Amino acid sequence: MKVSCSKALSLTLTAAAALSLLAGSAQAADKIKVGMLSTLSGPGAGLGVDIRDGFNLALKHSGGKFGGLPVEVIVADDQAKPDAAKQTADRLVKRDKVDFMTGVVFSNVMLAVGKPIFDSKTFYISANAGPSQYAGAECNPYFFNVAWQNDNLHEAVGKTVQDKGFKKAALLAPNYPAGKDALAGFKRYFKGQIVSEAYTPLSQLDYGAELSKMRASGADAVYIFLPGGLGVNFIKQFVGAGLSKDMTLFGPGFSADEDVIRAVGEPMLGMFNTSQWAHDMDNAANKRFVADFQKEYGRLPTLYASQGYDAARLMDAAVRDVKGKIEDKDAVRKALKAAKFDSVRGAFKFNTNQHPIQDYYLRVITKDAQGRITNRTLGTVFKNHADAYVGECKMP
Amino acid sequence: MTGILVLEQSLNGLQFGLMLFLLAAGLTLVFGIMDMINLAHGSIYMVGAYLIASITAASGSFWLGLGGGVVATAALGAVLELSVLRRLYGRDHLSQVLGTFAILLMSNEAVRMIWGAQPLALNPPAALAGPVELLPGFSYPAYRLFIIAVGLAVALLLYLLVTRTRYGMQVRAGASNREMALAMGVDVRRLFTAVFALGAALCAVAGGLLGPLLAVQVGMGESILILAFVVIVIGGIGSIRGALLGAMLVGGVDTAGRTLIPLLFDQLMGPEAAANAGPALSSILIYVLMAAVLFWKPQGLFPAHG
Repeated sequence: MKVSCSKALSLTLTAAAALSLLAGSAQAADKIKVGMLSTLSGPGAGLGVDIRDGFNLALKHSGGKFGGLPVEVIVADDQAKPDAAKQTADRLVKRDKVDFMTGVVFSNVMLAVGKPIFDSKTFYISANAGPSQYAGAECNPYFFNVAWQNDNLHEAVGKTVQDKGFKKAALLAPNYPAGKDALAGFKRYFKGQIVSEAYTPLSQLDYGAELSKMRASGADAVYIFLPGGLGVNFIKQFVGAGLSKDMTLFGPGFSADEDVIRAVGEPMLGMFNTSQWAHDMDNAANKRFVADFQKEYGRLPTLYASQGYDAARLMDAAVRDVKGKIEDKDAVRKALKAAKFDSVRGAFKFNTNQHPIQDYYLRVITKDAQGRITNRTLGTVFKNHADAYVGECKMP
Repeated sequence: MTGILVLEQSLNGLQFGLMLFLLAAGLTLVFGIMDMINLAHGSIYMVGAYLIASITAASGSFWLGLGGGVVATAALGAVLELSVLRRLYGRDHLSQVLGTFAILLMSNEAVRMIWGAQPLALNPPAALAGPVELLPGFSYPAYRLFIIAVGLAVALLLYLLVTRTRYGMQVRAGASNREMALAMGVDVRRLFTAVFALGAALCAVAGGLLGPLLAVQVGMGESILILAFVVIVIGGIGSIRGALLGAMLVGGVDTAGRTLIPLLFDQLMGPEAAANAGPALSSILIYVLMAAVLFWKPQGLFPAHG
């Protein structure tokens, strides 16, 4: 009995293995599989939802196909937890055998899922997270960031605060890799005095203690890097505590985009922030993206949505370039690097570390002609700006 | 400037401590009187916050949301006690932990199914959204002051209820010696349901008041439940007075730790290192406090059992 049982089991296993082999070889030839691993629950969920929606809109624009091949998108929630995300990434690259991965919002999650993805020689197209590690010493042929390197938007704010003549800045960021990159980026261009610098846990939503430290520090400018729900809470509490009278609040686009504006409203008027993209940018690709995004989802897109959109456009261009021969990794990499598509942010190109060289803009939150509270682009902070870590990258 | 910092921090600590007290009060009564470990207490807090946020969104009034949500949550607590928890009283602690943990997991998933995975927004009423100038040059958020006022009022009501009423006497009798209270003819079944519903209502008040400061989201109950357990262990299980004092201690230590320790580390070793060591040490501080209390007073500061 025991023998036949194990025999039957091994037979079944062999059959299953054979079937999965069959399935594997069939899929690679006739369709493109994309693993969309993003943050779809918790305070960071808004970011992941926008990346996913932007990606899906681009897919719709290209007729549900990349380079003429039908696309299957497998959506998974990383819960903003590195350990859970790593398991899911393993499943996506090993069982589902996806051709591309994208979607991760938070850099601590990115650093956890990077290794299994790169080891399996799957291309990761980052639509958000750009940890300094992957731009510098740990740069990898399979990692492309279509958005920015983490420091970049913060460098642009640092320069803005410096140029506007502020002398004393109080800084606040979440305690995780991108939070450290953020303040490093800000300090690279702000030369005044840092009177207070605090890192809070990524799960912290009550900033009472930090606000009173800021009040005591006597800063004239406050810089926060608090994405999504964190920023919503901070700005409400900042205004509630009456600090907005004495200090000017600055943030990267992450703390002042449509998701935060929708939740906070009026108190955000007049806040300066920086971005590589804005919904009022005047180019054909962007106009189509913004108009269709509003039609499809009934809200203005955020920079996250623009990044998700561009990630899909990049994949589309690369698959078209290699004529669907997705197994030829060298050719795909070359095609990705060429980035032959019209980005919604205007022209950009990849540096040797496969991160963008692009312009960064200053925006301000105002009421537009229709009376909506939203961002307006004021001008360019950096032209053709590269990240600070490219020198450390020895790309093979 | 430092005077204002200390004052503002004390108010923050008081505000957080009072909210912890609302949670801990229900937990300590259930634990003390029914001898029941209720891990689902945090889930009631979460469901209460969701109900308040939903009613607020539907009616457009925070006050209506708060009132309706608290009543609905109390009813839900009573139903939960009558249908499920009642069966767990006679069991050992392991069964109670497993049973209520199952309720915790189920309510998390149920909330995810009903309301979705994204947090709900709950805004303070417009009248309380701005700052109030307490001293010249020092303004404090009106909403936090409101939380402090409600917390103090609820604490006072609870104190009167427990020390001055017949129900309160039965609750105290149950907490200090359950068998004797039973033998003296206290209707324990009805008392338990009432205590449980009261605990649920307090949870909802805390959830609704903290909602605008934090976020109404799945899993919000777990982190605060751990702190509530620390509070009742410090205060002495079953004791309302202990819960109040424990909550004040934990709230104060948490807030002080979050400001003073990073400040101290900042001066000792620079912001980079302080950023890593400061928050870690300040979150340990609460547990150091608990360990110290357990070392010198193993029964907690105000033990209820005679």
